[in-house]
Amino acid sequence: MSAAQSIAADRRWRPWELVLIAALAISWFAAGNEHSLLGNEIAIFALFALSLDLILGYAGIISLGHAAFFGVGAYTAALFAKHVMPDPLVGLVVATAAAALLGALSSVLVMRGSDLARLMITLGVAAILYELANKLDFTGGADGLQGVSMGSLLGRFEFDLYGRTAFAYSLVLLVVGLLIARRIVASPFGWSLRAIRDNRLRAAAIGLNVDLRLGAVYTLAAAMAGAAGALLAQTTGFASLDVLDFHRSADVMLMLIIGGTGWLWGGVLGAIGFKLMHSLLSAWTPQYWTFWLGLFLVVLVMVGRDRFFKPWTWFRKS
Amino acid sequence: MLTLLFDGIAYGMLLFVLAVGLAVTLGLMNFVNLAHGAFAMAGGYVTVLLMDRAGVPFLATLPLAFLLPALVGAVAERLLYRPMYKRPHLDHVLFSIGLVFMTVAAVDWLVGSQQQIVKLPLWLQGRFEIASVGIGKYRLFIIVVCLILTLMLQWVLGRTRFGSRLRAAVDDPRVAAGLGIDVNTVFSVTFAVGSGLAGLGGALGAEVLGLDPSFPLKFMIYFLIVVSVGGTTTITGPLLAALLLGIADVMGKYYVPQLGAFVVYLLMVIILFWRPQGLFGRGATR
Repeated sequence: MSAAQSIAADRRWRPWELVLIAALAISWFAAGNEHSLLGNEIAIFALFALSLDLILGYAGIISLGHAAFFGVGAYTAALFAKHVMPDPLVGLVVATAAAALLGALSSVLVMRGSDLARLMITLGVAAILYELANKLDFTGGADGLQGVSMGSLLGRFEFDLYGRTAFAYSLVLLVVGLLIARRIVASPFGWSLRAIRDNRLRAAAIGLNVDLRLGAVYTLAAAMAGAAGALLAQTTGFASLDVLDFHRSADVMLMLIIGGTGWLWGGVLGAIGFKLMHSLLSAWTPQYWTFWLGLFLVVLVMVGRDRFFKPWTWFRKS
Repeated sequence: MLTLLFDGIAYGMLLFVLAVGLAVTLGLMNFVNLAHGAFAMAGGYVTVLLMDRAGVPFLATLPLAFLLPALVGAVAERLLYRPMYKRPHLDHVLFSIGLVFMTVAAVDWLVGSQQQIVKLPLWLQGRFEIASVGIGKYRLFIIVVCLILTLMLQWVLGRTRFGSRLRAAVDDPRVAAGLGIDVNTVFSVTFAVGSGLAGLGGALGAEVLGLDPSFPLKFMIYFLIVVSVGGTTTITGPLLAALLLGIADVMGKYYVPQLGAFVVYLLMVIILFWRPQGLFGRGATR
């Protein structure tokens, strides 16, 4: 099999992928009025986690500040709706573009240095934005941006109280995001990212422009995270400092780890798993649920993710 | 102006003592330990609780604030951290964030989420003036203690047998092990001392930095700045970085309070972009 054939084979649709996409569509009908808000949130986080997967799972960049792009998307969408025009789709495009711009700018910073320097720079960029949003006047500071009223979607579907429209909107964008990500990952560009992740030096030696490619995928992931942030701001009509907080970046990383890095559905499954775990734990111990979350994380890493989710390997010698 | 400088130096010295353990962990085992602040918090709570509930005088609590986190550090290193060393950085990050979440919630549950207040003894309160420069007594105390600690560290690292073993292990663990140095033990001891120093820093800093369960999260980025800007190969690097950070932070908050910690983060991003190995780091990447 030639290289072109093996890449094409990877691009072919498999039955279970179609089943999963169908399951996403069915979830909208199954959710009803009661669970649409929860479903909306899960869909948004799934998109956010998917964007992190592109840089963490495929390109191997550890980012502790991915919330920066999520937050920029959210704030841009909210400000745009408030001051320019309330149309959600135009706002989404603007927010995505803003996040992509920031991603392109900060990707230059991320190229250099070791894992530690990269960790610190991503963390630092998110912290800078947090401070800016906290101190600037037009972002509303610690109170957040309130009273954002959205127009109706495509001029026809109003955002309702139960979140039916919101859920559908987020689901459609999640699927679009998945399709885009799928196309990218299966392309020669996607394969070159994996080569860079596995061995940067060798990838450079076979003639890949490592910096350019990492910059491209970083920008792309930033745009996708921005879209997720915009969705959150638009469907809740609210943007607060919380979207830029450190725990956002940590949460999304955790989602991705639960679902598994380096495959597209990891973000989706992780978002569902995380949200379920969150609501179960916080219903049980509202104040101290982070303890169990932390314990879960520690055990997960110590045992190893692969082993953890495959109980039948627990008593086998590795 | 000079008072601000003085406060900045005190703050920087404090940050150095808090973060120096992290610098060694990172330099020696290449382990990104985001949970370092948890040990600092442990020290802070040891002091506060002993003073509050048992009525132990402030000075007497400080040795305990060193010993207890050191003990916890030694145990945690053996049981939890050691299996992690060979893992990729992502695992380090996740593992230590998990630990942070656990300690934050656990302390919240045990002690409560309110801000803890340290009642300083009378002779450490207030300030006096030398040549019209106002000097807080407690700040002076912090500087003196931290200076002594720094000198001791420098002496141990530079002049003792243990120090030269440690430096050898930092430079190349494999060759050091080949020369008969028990790298694991060296590392256990270093980790424990680093945790203890963090605890002591937390105890000293409880009055200046504030102490509540979210301490490890709030100051995590500051510790990491000290280490990443200062580099992990020397003691003077993190020291200078800590002083720089302390002074920049105090000055920034005084002159441009509307920007908050913005100045510090911006400075860090610029420095790291300019020199990814840190200001004083050597060029070796692993």
